Amino acid sequence: MPDKKQKVRSLQREPLTDAQMLMFISIGIFVVMYLAAMLTLKGGFLKPQMIFDLLNDNAALIIIACSLTVVMIGGGINISVGGIIGLTVMSCALFLNGCMIESSFVSILLTFLLALGIGLAFGVAEGFLVSYLEIQPFIVTLAGMFLARGLTTILSVNPVKVTHKAFLELVKVKLKISWLGYTAQNGNLIPAKIEIGAIVAILVVILMALMLRYVKLGRNIYAVGGNRQSALMLGINVKRTIFWSYVISGLLAGLAGFVFLMHKPAGNASVALRGEMDAIASSIIGGTLLTGGVGNVIGTFFGTMILATIQKIIALSPLNASWWQEMANGAMLGFFIVLQSVVLSARSKSRIKQNSRKQNAPPVEEGPPQTQ
Amino acid sequence: MNTKKKAGAGLGQLLIPLVALGILIVFNLFRDLGFFAISMRVNNSGNIVLTGNLISIIDSASELAIIAMGMTLVTAACGGQDISVGAVGAIAGAVFVKILQGMGAITVGSVLLGLLLCCLATILFKLFNGTLVAVFRIQPMIATLILYSCGRSIAYWINGDATPQLNSPIISSIGMTIPGIPIPTPIFAVLLVGLLMFLVFKFTSLSLYTQSVGINAGAARLNGINPTLIKLLSFALLGVCVSVASVIGVCRLGQLNHKTLLVDIEMDAILAVAIGGNNLGGGRFKLSGSILGAYIIQMLTTTLYAMNVAPVNVKAYKAIVIIIIVVAGSPVVKSKLTEFWNRTRSVRQTKELSKRGVS
Repeated sequence: MPDKKQKVRSLQREPLTDAQMLMFISIGIFVVMYLAAMLTLKGGFLKPQMIFDLLNDNAALIIIACSLTVVMIGGGINISVGGIIGLTVMSCALFLNGCMIESSFVSILLTFLLALGIGLAFGVAEGFLVSYLEIQPFIVTLAGMFLARGLTTILSVNPVKVTHKAFLELVKVKLKISWLGYTAQNGNLIPAKIEIGAIVAILVVILMALMLRYVKLGRNIYAVGGNRQSALMLGINVKRTIFWSYVISGLLAGLAGFVFLMHKPAGNASVALRGEMDAIASSIIGGTLLTGGVGNVIGTFFGTMILATIQKIIALSPLNASWWQEMANGAMLGFFIVLQSVVLSARSKSRIKQNSRKQNAPPVEEGPPQTQ
Repeated sequence: MNTKKKAGAGLGQLLIPLVALGILIVFNLFRDLGFFAISMRVNNSGNIVLTGNLISIIDSASELAIIAMGMTLVTAACGGQDISVGAVGAIAGAVFVKILQGMGAITVGSVLLGLLLCCLATILFKLFNGTLVAVFRIQPMIATLILYSCGRSIAYWINGDATPQLNSPIISSIGMTIPGIPIPTPIFAVLLVGLLMFLVFKFTSLSLYTQSVGINAGAARLNGINPTLIKLLSFALLGVCVSVASVIGVCRLGQLNHKTLLVDIEMDAILAVAIGGNNLGGGRFKLSGSILGAYIIQMLTTTLYAMNVAPVNVKAYKAIVIIIIVVAGSPVVKSKLTEFWNRTRSVRQTKELSKRGVS
């Protein structure tokens, strides 16, 4: 038994894996970028509220980015998440407005369940089509996106504002932390405010990180994404694993829709338009590979924060224009993609070199440095 | 027997799209015979043109069909899709209009020069994508996500926020009809591009090379094919397709709007490739399947419009039909169906045999 324990420990102390490496790069870049913004733009960036604002504004994006990370680790893709958010927001807004139930708690609970139900329905349908009927995930989720967007406009072409009083009260509920606040010019202390949605998003990140690391399903998703054939040979039920990854993804997208509604209580046909692409970009910046098997939800979280920080910096700087924002996003994405490719190929090369060195000269542990 | 089997195997990929097209046609026959009516009409500029739903389907699917051809090549060679075609198309349109404005008068020569330079620009942008895919070995979808998110901003940067108008008989004859010829010009453009591709594949080994790179790039390299070159070539060809489609799109409206030119066409083009029975994971491909897929998508859209479905709601119905088509074409359903077919046939055969034995 102790032998086994030792083995586990030695496994944990192995050098950084690729996923961790990429994750640390993105965390580092986030920190550097934020510090640079603090030094050059000052103003809002010096207050802790800025970080909470980033979280508040991007809670839904963080959740769908996590949902995409799970699917992408499994080797798939889900481009319907933005559409699911749009549909959820619209149908929840309509449901709340038409709701005749006296108890406000029950009506909000039902809305929440409706949001999760829509996400679950999409997740189950897409998961079934992808895993058991072996249809390409891109096409299945593209159809899912079309369906969700189409249903949204069938429900209502015009924007729908939530008029449910209790829900609007809920929207205003914010967690206030006074010691992180700042004093305004008139001497009042303004506490830092965190919305419920941001807390939910952080909880989702933590839960997903734990799930991917310690739950059997999470490990299976990594195995299936890394190599389907060998996962199958290990006795993993590949189809069921992929199915569940889509179910989780759909469920999280539904949750993201509810969170979005809590941030902006209005349904609109263009809610979270292109949200899926932002989510994919966040996942990639956070170190997830589209080929599957490599990725990390914590990295994804920082990927989202990087995109959000760019957005804030451009909004606060004199370059405030939507096209600057898109260009900066594109440039950032390009930079990360090339960086990842270079880092991974360099690491794999050095690993091959190490391995061959070990095989060629096993007795000499610390020989003179070899010349190339 | 042998040749019959081979012909059947060749048709196999096209079976699902052909059946889908057939069902759409039959559905329209039962719904409204007038859907197929084609009539001669004098248009605004005084030319006699053919009008009717069929003509409009074939005409308005032109951009999609042209881009779907290029997309098929990229899919086959790289095992992934390019999602930046719409954005790069907007850039191409911006370059085209900028050159025409710079030249002053719109003549045949300036239009040709504009087309040439706009081809050059798109090829450059596509080679950027291609380099990321072929040299840096990045998944095509991720590599093209960059231009997807900032392509339209580049188009805006080239041409500003205005929507420049192009008023010239040459522009309208490219986008609509040439005086004296009743068939819309974009149809000829599809035929031309299709014919060129067909000739290229007929007389070179590009098709074989592309397929082998798509199936196994390493094995292709060991056999003396340069996978990097083939992948770059497929992206360059897609660039040419995109610029032709974008010029048609600009000429059709007679104006450039960088926000709406070829918007969302990447999704439709990928769908066309998938409906055409091509494997989105690369390898074997059939251009005819993708072209057929493009016309199916357009026919579906036009049918829905004819049934008074609001344009914003079309997506939902489209999604349902797409799911039906891909489920019918999915490998699992296919193998189940062939199993079922074989079983019934063997049952029939044994019955016949037993009958013969009795008699």
